[in-house]
Formats: sequence, structure tokens, C-alpha cells
Amino acid sequence: MINPPKNDLLLTPAPCKMALEDGTVVTGKAVGFRGETGGELCFNTSMSGYQEIFTDPSYHGQIMMMTYPHIGNYGTMDMDMESVAPMVSGVVVREFSARYSNYLTETSLEAFMKKHKLVGISGVDTRALVLHIRSKGVMNAVISAVDLDDDSLIAKAKGWPSMEGLELASRVTVEKAYDFCEGEGPRIAVFDFGVKQNILRSFKSRGCSVRVFPATTSLKDVLDWKPNGIFFSNGPGDPRAMPDAVAMTKEAMATGIPLFGICLGHQLLSLAAGLDVYKMLVGHRGANHPVQNMVTSKVEVSTQNHGFAVDRASITDDIAKVTHRNLNDETIEGVRFANCSAFSVQYHPESSPGPHDSHYLFDEFMSDIEKNSGVKATKIGLPDLIKVEQLT
Amino acid sequence: MPKRTDIKKILLIGSGPIIIGQACEFDYSGSQASRSLRAEGYEVILVNSNPATIMTDPVTADKIYLRPLTPESIKQIVEEERPDAVLPTMGGQTALNLANTLHEQGYWEKMGVEVIGVDIDAINITEDRQQFRDLMERIGIDQARSRVAKSLLEAKEITQELGGLPVVIRPSFTLGGSGGGIVWTADQFDKKVMRGLELSPVHQVLMEECLFGWKEFELELLRDENDNVIIICSIENVDPMGVHTGDSVTVAPSQTLTDKQFQRMRDAAIRMMRSIGTFAGGCNVQFAFDPKTARMIAIEINPRVSRSSALASKATGYPIAKVASKLAVGYTLDELKNDVTGTTSACFEPAIDYVVTKIPRFNFEKFEGVDEELTTQMKAVGEVMAIGRTFPESLQKAWQSLENGYSGLGGDRDETARFEIRDRLKKSYWDRTLQIRNAFKLGASVEEIADISKVDPWFLYQIQDIVTVEGEIRKRALTQMDREFMLEVKRYGFSDVQIAYLVQDEVTEEEVRIYRKSMGLLPSFQVVDTCAGEFPAKTPYFYSSYEGHNESFPSDKEKIVILGSGPNRIGQGIEFDYSCVHGVLASKEMGYEAIMINCNPETVSTDFDVADKLYFEPVFLERVLDVIEHENPKGIIVQLGGQTALKLSRNFYELGIPIIGTQFDNMDLAEDRSRFSDVLKELGIPYPPYGAARTEGEALLRAQEIGYPLLVRPSYVLGGQGMRIAINKEEVELYTQQIWKLMPDNVILLDLFLEDGIELDVDAICDGEEVWVAGIMQHIEPAGVHSGDSTAVLPPYSISEEIQDTVRKYITEISLRLGVVGLINVQMVIKDDKVYVIEANPRASRTVPFVAKATGVAISNIATKVMLGEKIKTFRERGDLESSLVGFAVKEPVFSWDKFPEVPKELGPEMKSTGEAIAFIKDFDDEHFRKPFEMRNLYLSR
Repeated sequence: MINPPKNDLLLTPAPCKMALEDGTVVTGKAVGFRGETGGELCFNTSMSGYQEIFTDPSYHGQIMMMTYPHIGNYGTMDMDMESVAPMVSGVVVREFSARYSNYLTETSLEAFMKKHKLVGISGVDTRALVLHIRSKGVMNAVISAVDLDDDSLIAKAKGWPSMEGLELASRVTVEKAYDFCEGEGPRIAVFDFGVKQNILRSFKSRGCSVRVFPATTSLKDVLDWKPNGIFFSNGPGDPRAMPDAVAMTKEAMATGIPLFGICLGHQLLSLAAGLDVYKMLVGHRGANHPVQNMVTSKVEVSTQNHGFAVDRASITDDIAKVTHRNLNDETIEGVRFANCSAFSVQYHPESSPGPHDSHYLFDEFMSDIEKNSGVKATKIGLPDLIKVEQLT
Repeated sequence: MPKRTDIKKILLIGSGPIIIGQACEFDYSGSQASRSLRAEGYEVILVNSNPATIMTDPVTADKIYLRPLTPESIKQIVEEERPDAVLPTMGGQTALNLANTLHEQGYWEKMGVEVIGVDIDAINITEDRQQFRDLMERIGIDQARSRVAKSLLEAKEITQELGGLPVVIRPSFTLGGSGGGIVWTADQFDKKVMRGLELSPVHQVLMEECLFGWKEFELELLRDENDNVIIICSIENVDPMGVHTGDSVTVAPSQTLTDKQFQRMRDAAIRMMRSIGTFAGGCNVQFAFDPKTARMIAIEINPRVSRSSALASKATGYPIAKVASKLAVGYTLDELKNDVTGTTSACFEPAIDYVVTKIPRFNFEKFEGVDEELTTQMKAVGEVMAIGRTFPESLQKAWQSLENGYSGLGGDRDETARFEIRDRLKKSYWDRTLQIRNAFKLGASVEEIADISKVDPWFLYQIQDIVTVEGEIRKRALTQMDREFMLEVKRYGFSDVQIAYLVQDEVTEEEVRIYRKSMGLLPSFQVVDTCAGEFPAKTPYFYSSYEGHNESFPSDKEKIVILGSGPNRIGQGIEFDYSCVHGVLASKEMGYEAIMINCNPETVSTDFDVADKLYFEPVFLERVLDVIEHENPKGIIVQLGGQTALKLSRNFYELGIPIIGTQFDNMDLAEDRSRFSDVLKELGIPYPPYGAARTEGEALLRAQEIGYPLLVRPSYVLGGQGMRIAINKEEVELYTQQIWKLMPDNVILLDLFLEDGIELDVDAICDGEEVWVAGIMQHIEPAGVHSGDSTAVLPPYSISEEIQDTVRKYITEISLRLGVVGLINVQMVIKDDKVYVIEANPRASRTVPFVAKATGVAISNIATKVMLGEKIKTFRERGDLESSLVGFAVKEPVFSWDKFPEVPKELGPEMKSTGEAIAFIKDFDDEHFRKPFEMRNLYLSR
């Protein structure tokens, strides 16, 4: 893949507009697929890792605005895919790098977005929009390179279905159960509500056998596979709109099999245990949030991506103990449930993108499993990537 | 853990005089640390020999020792003060080395002084290349292949093992990479290795695999007692490996790494910090990254705050020194709040939504015969930082900040010749980004330039985009630029000066400005908030960009704008920042809102805790006017920021913007040699015969009239730039040619040189009615050596009272005649008992902080208040003008000759020293006086 000799976006930009449901309209340049899209406009403050973010199933249906101005600098590559295709519904950036530089690059972000029909807008004052959302709360938006009429776009944004009360996991889960990997270590059953590939890789690197099940799989079918541990994945949507999943999770908690949940999985476990979940005014989306482990008092810099959170007021000792808190706003970041072997975190220990500080949680899960069934992980800790000749 | 209560008194060690590689960034970190420790209730004892620092001001510490930074003086202080702990991580390598020396002597232990902020046992690991190597090997961090040589023979053997030249040499235990560099050819080998062996105090050099052309990155880390580690900032060097990071154009955050590559670097950095002992504080790690294979190599680790951490603090808004000092006294990161937001935790990693570019500032013109090629040994004397929403915008703003005549990345003058561009691109020079732009202009491709320069293509694409936009401007007349296009142009960082030059019609900068404003195109101001807008910020720290929304809201208070002095350079350094900071503090004390504009990331003035509002912007007319028009201040203080700020005063005058203190016309009266001589004539004050010339013929004619030896110099410069002593016609020709080459329209001044005269430097404050002489300094070296390079003694040591009275009389008459309100500095020469006035500068001088420290009088503060309407009488009556000086104070110039081994040590009218130290002496038997006195005539050359 070779970069074009000139930056086409600079010389011949195609116009593009984005309208918010509150009537705000911004004009920019069309990037990626020239079409129209809509969704909840949210922002992410990570300064690298745009491809992982765009392909994270938890972002399904959301328009992703990156706060870092230059996006696309190192193009795209297979190893940065967190699922098979982009999951965000649109992309908003301040300055799109039409041309990239990195020896790993396979295609430019522009070509990647075109291939996957991902609509984007560049050249807009993203900071102004971030401050706007920060005070007004997340809202729906529509990006279009085909319809440039303000009123029409605003109407479309207003008509876009709200995320609140929406069940979305069924749209991103696998159709059929499949084996991700086989190993000498514990057998991990993964409930796929929109699982990130790096979670599966994190199990794989510990020698686990991983089978990924569709979100609607019955617990019986999962148990038939004889898992040593069950994992509840991250995913998009409002957990309160998933009563079946909550009921199934409740059943799982009664089995005594060690459970681990991340993000949406954490919310489902919490709801199953009787805790409350609420929608936040502005969610946490970035790779720099401080989370304190209440047991060790150590702080982890974490990757976050959630618009819902567990209500602290609903937590009592007989249900769960808070294990992790967010140092910025004191929101709940992790709990260990009473009367069963289950714990979960709101943030993303698999990172990708983001710091590797929280990978130990996978080891904790391995240790729960070992205590319960005696099956040991073949390797623990983060794969040592520091001294490698070539990163693959 | 909360802060420790078992320690009460802390000794803070400064970094001493400014030298290349160790500059005012340590005044910034030291004063921040001191303020923060005092705020926690600790008593702070500070030692530093550099008088031109804010850290050595009574406002900063509880007790200040202006003493030499030697083990002996530290011991004396410890014995007098009995501190509980010493914090040696804020004063650069100087402080760390001192602490280490005393540690090795067992002194700290003996005295019961705890070393905090660093694991003292681990310092050697970071400084001794072999130990560092072994450690990295143990913890699994890749290294450049290398081995230590103790002799030339050994060096040759190792080079052979490494596969031959090029090879890197790094002498052990030297500052700023002294004596280090790449050896390209066999004929340089012996000389360079021998020099490295000589310079190293342990006479060892590391022979290392050459990583030339690899990418270079830096990470700034903080760790607390609980072993929590956070990365404050990542910095990517635009210049590839082979150029010292202090000499490189750098960008924050890193731009070209994938997240996986970046996280691998982060993991490695954390592992490295944890490997150098258990301590709470700051740390800097540097990596080289092979762009073809992603092999990543650790270059070095510094367990202290650094130039880069100052840059990282300014780039992110995260006050590293402040937090590091709190961590050193026991706090953990989770207990501290992020000062910028006031609500969120300090234990996080800043996310930024703009691009920061740093460009170093060099002074090669000061050193004849200097090798300008950039190597692994630092040569820069200062730096600028610029913030923009994109890399092109910040790069252009950085060029506007440099204050060396550029109005952006080219596009403001005739194009450079093809052969020169080709020549300069081949090697690493300070203007590489400009030469890349020039090469694109000539049609070179990204591949070609990447191949020659090894600069990552991503940066090249960005520069190519700038060139494309420039080409579009060239196709238009000004009025053919519609709003949409003009907005794009401004977003690419182009200044009005560049636009005026580039459009097809003949227009001025002012016309562009008016036209642009008529379209409603004004910059807006954004907050540096550490969190990319995620949380509301309280910090009044702003930068401009061409975005739609504005975040800086002018208050109802009366405002004073203080213009900073821009990048440090020889002749205009930290001394001016000292005065600026006091200008800010005094304005605040007078009840004004003090607004600072500056672009130097190393300084205290750009600490966002200092002014009421900080605009991190180029001290460049357009950018300054943008702020002034936005804030509408009562007036601008221009006399504290050196020549940088002063230069803009003509524009302010013409635009009707009020100047606080001495008015423009009066400043011009002093600056314009002919008008000033008329003033002296009118006052009956003697001055050496002089002449002014615009052409070579005129210069020779004037020279003949005046007689030889002659001082030849350009007008409107500082630090004696381009100034020479000519003893014959040929030299006058040569020197004037040299000046006009650099400054084509300059009026050259020729003065009779008063050979063997005694030179005096006099600082005074005038309120328009009364003049108070702050200090008369007598130089030990004869007239002809630049005052900045002279050893100055306060008060004079061999001048009669009668003559001193004449000196006072002259400066009083001149100040009143010039209508000075604020500071004035007059240079005089005494020859045959007659006092001649050489020049007068109605502004803060380089010697102001020295006099302030020597006498204990807050000169800059008082001068600012006088500018704002206070009378000298008020201060006199309060006793504020009483000097506390006992004996004599000596100002000793400090040079960085070791950085330019090819340049002969010669002193003359052009200033060459980079810093200064102060010494207090009782009598003339003291070696601080005796030594310079004995050698006073030695180095005078031209």
C-alpha cells in the first residue's frame, strides 16, 4: 500500500455536515465512505489506538469523536482489529491523516473506512463539541456527505432512536458458538455480548481453551461444555434492557463456577446480584482513567468505555464488596460478589488500546478457577512484549 | 500515605549557573518544588550560586544560601541549618552529583540527613553506562550493543567488534553529553576518542553501536511510595537518533506509534523506573525505535526532573516538579488532586487535544568557526514551545516564536538556493524543518527527503501540506482569499506576515490583518486542561487557535500585560525572566490582573501558577496583538522582557496601545545613537566620538574621522551581537560586511574604543521625578570585554567617591532627561579619571537580579510598581531601598566552552557567556576576586 503523492483532502475536499439533535450543525470535510450515518455522539480521549476503538463492539451504533486532533497517522492493520469490522457508526476528527507512516501499516484509514462503508467527518472543532456534550450530555447526531441541508439533518438527528433502553448485544454477538483457541489451561466459556478480541487473546496467552457462545445461549448449553470459568463480555447497549441475560447470569452465579465480567458483563452480574445500574450524563471513554484497587490501594491507569455505571448506593456487604473505585469521580469500577465466586470490573483490563496496568485481573480469574477446580493456567502475567525483534 | 511529619526542614539544591545542557528549567522546577513544600508546611533551605533565579528570591524559600555548589559549602550549610532531609532531584545533574558525592563520603548518614526524591544508591546505575547496561540486560530491556573503553586501543578493538564506523562515543559522567558524538570517519576517530577520555572524570568512554536514523522518544514518569507509576507525557523527536534530544525538534504527544507499540514502550519505561531503586519522584526515559523492525532500545534514564519534564509540564498542564516534590515527602498519587481541574485525581495520565512543538534555539553566530552540525552533544542555548491544534499550526507558531527573523516555516523571504538546500539537508542542522519545506518547494518527494533526513514520513507529509497551502496562497491576490480559504490558511499556522509576502499583490501585514478581521476571522483561545476537555478546568492557561469557540473570558478587572523574553539565548537569558516574574507579582500586588505572554517552556514566567493568566504564545507581533485585542489591558509592560519585548514597542506606539513605564519615543531616544548623543551633548556629559553608517563607504569615512581602535556594532541588538573592535580599515570593512549580511538594513555604529578604560555598569530606577541608583558595578576586565562576560564587583573597588558621585550625577541627569519611568541601565567607561557614557538602556538589564541578590533590595518589584505609578519616595521611607550588602558581591560569568571545542576562547565586545554565579567576598584576597583580577587582560581579543 503506497500513500498518494498529494493530500487529496487538502486540495479537493468533499463537503460534509454533522447535525446534533439539539440543533447544532457543523461543517467539515468528508472522510472515509461518502454517505450518511447516525448514532449517539460520544468522545474518546485516547491519543492512540483509533482502530481498536472503531472496531470495539461496545461502541456499536455510536458516533465516535476522537479528541486527539490527528487521526489516521499510522494507518490500519489486521492486528489492531478488535472485531471483524468497524463497530462505530461514524467517525468525527479534527484533522484526518490521509497519509500514514508505520512499517506495520496495511491500509490507510481512509481506504479502511471506505472498504467498511464507515462514514466520517474531518476538520471540525472537536474540542468545542466535547465541551458541548460535557455540559449538555451525550446526544444523537447525524453525519452526512449526501444531504447538506441543515434542517433535514437536524430532523434526522432528532428522529434517531435513543440508546437509553436499547438492547444492542444481539446485534454484535456471534451467530454460532465457536472455539477461539485450545490450550492446556482452564476452559473458559465466553458469553459474547460484543467481546473484544484482546480479551480472548488474554485468555489464550494464559493457555486457556476458549469457546465463544452467542449472547442468547442457555446456561445449560454452556455448562454442557464443562467450563472451568465463565466470562461475561463487554458489549453495547443498556443492560437494563436485557432481562433474559440478567436471569441467565443469576443462574450462573448459583453454579459455583468462577465468573468474571467486564464492562457490560460487570453490569449484568451486578443487576443479577440485585444492584442498580444508571445511565451517566457523560460516560467514561479514554485510556487515562485512574482506578484504585481498594484491596492493595494501588492505582491502575485504565482503559474505559461505558455510558452506564453501577449505583454505589445500592451496594451492601451482603451483596458485594467494592474492589475498585474511580479516583476522578468515585464511581464504582469493580466489585466482588458475596456468596459466589464472581467478580467484575467496569473498565477494560484487556486495554487495547490503553495501558496494561490491569492485566492482573485475568490472573485473578485464573487463580479463582484454580481454587475452585484445580485447573491451572499454563502462564500468567502479560506476555513479555518488550524485548521482541518484531511485534506480531 | 499522607505527608511525613518526621521531617520538618528540607534542603533544596539548585543547579548553579546556566550552561548549555542545564538552563533555567531548573529554576522552574526548583521554585515550584520550594513553593509546594512550603505550602505543605515544610521549612525550605535553598542553595544555589545563580543569582538570576527566582528560586533564590525571598519569595520562594525560607532561607537562601547564595553559595557555590561544592561539597564544602553544602557541608557548611548543613552544619548551620541541620536539615532533616535533602531533595537533590530539582537541580539537574549538578545537584544529583553533589548529593551523590556527599553520599559516597557517608556525609548524609553521618549528619542524619535523609536523601529524598531519589534512591541515592541507584544514581550511579543511571550515570555509569556499564552498570546501566547490565541492569537493562537483567530486566530484559534491549540495548544498543556497546562496551566501555578506557584507552584508545580498547576503543579501536570495540569499534571493530561493532562492525566498524560509524560508532557513537559517550564519555561517562559528563553533563549534557559533553564530548560525545558520532564518529563517521577514521581520521576523526583518535581525536574524538581522546577528547572523550579526557573529559570524563573517570576517563572512560562508551563505544556504542550507531543508531543513527532511528526514531527517538522520551517518556516522563512519576512514581509514588506505593509504587504507582504514571506517564505524564510522551515526546517524539522529529530529528532522528544522532541529534541530542535537547537539540532536536520535538513533538508531544508521540504521533507515529500504534497503540501497541506505544504501550510496549510504556511498559518498558515503567519497568526501568522500578529497577532503579525504590523512590518517590520523577524520572525521564529515552528510547530509540527502529522504524523498520520496531526493535526498541533504552538509551537512558534520569531519576530527576529535567529539561524534558519542564517541557512536559508546560505541554500537558501537569506540574511535574510540584507533584514530584509532594511525592518525595510521602504523599501518594491517589491522595493528590489534579490542580488543573481541581476535582479529579492527580494520579492519571494527561490526555491532550492539541499538538506541542519544541524547537531549540542556537547561538552559533556568536562563535566563529563553530561546527554547526548537530550531534549527540547538546549545543542549543534555549528553546521555544508552541501549542497548536495540529502539527502544522504548532510548527509554524514555533518558528514565529524563535525570534530570529522568521514569520513561520518560510514563505516570508526569497527562496534559498538549490545547492544550499541540498547541502543543509544532508546533515543535521538547526533549521532542518525549514530545509525540508524548501526541498518540497523544489519538488522533492517525501521518499527522497525521508531517505536523506531520516525524518519520519508522517512529519514530512504534514510539511508538504503546509507547502501545498502556501502554493494556493501564491495563486491569489489578498481579496481573492475568501473566508473559508483564509480560515484554512490560518489553521495551517500562517502568519499575516507570510500571507502578505505570498499573495500576488503588494500588501502589508497590517492590511492582511484588517482584511482578515473584516471577515470576522480572529483566533480563539483554548485552555490547556490535561484532560482533552473531559472535565472543566480551573487553570488560566491558554493558547490560541483558529477554532470556533473561545474559552478565555476577559474579566472586569484592570489588566496589565507583561511581555516575556522568548527563548533563552546568550545575552538574553534567565535574568530577563527573573524580572518578568517580578513584574507579574508586583502587578498583582498592585491589584491588577497580570497577564503573561511568553513562549519559553523552561521558565518560571510560563508556570501557570505565576500570572493571573498565561497565554503560551509567540512573542510575535500578530500573536501578541491577538491577545491584547482580546483582553483589552490597561497597558503593556515591555521593559522587563529584554530586547524581544522592547522591539514591539514601536508597533504598540503606532497602534496606540498604551505602554506602561518609559514611553516609546524616550526609549527610542536612548536607542538611536545620534539622538542620544545630542542628549548627552545637551547635558554636557562626555561620550566617545562616534559615527553611524549605512554603507561601507560611509563607515570607512566615519572610521577615519574617529580614529582607531574602533568599536563596530549594529544598532538595536542585545548581548553585543555582531560587535567587534577594529584596529584598521580592513577590519572595519570585514566587520561591517558581516553585520550587513545578517542584518541588511541595519545602521552600523562606530565608536572610538577607550583602550584600557575601566568599565562600569549602573542600574537605576526613575519615577520621572527622582532617580535611585540601585548599584554601580565595576568590571575587573578592561573595557572591550562585553559587560555580560566581565567579572563585575559591587560596589566599585578602585573608584574614588568623587568619580562615583559623577557617575550618579550622570545617570540621574540622563534618566530624567529621557523621561524614564522604571528601570535604566547605563554603561560608562572611566579613562584618565574622566567618565564617558557608552550607552543607556531604559529597560531591565542583565545585572538587575545580581544587584537585587547582592543588596537584598527587590529592584524589579519596585521598578514595576514605579511604572504603575508608585513613587520612589514611598519605598525609601519604608526602608525598602536599604542595601544589606556587607563587603563586596562579585558576579562571575560562566561559559560553555567545552561544548564548542573547535572555538578558541576569546573575549570581546560580543557576549559569549551563558550564565553567571554570585560570590560574596570580604576583601580582595579572596580567590573570587584575585583570580579574575590576575587574568583580566588574558582573553581580550576583539
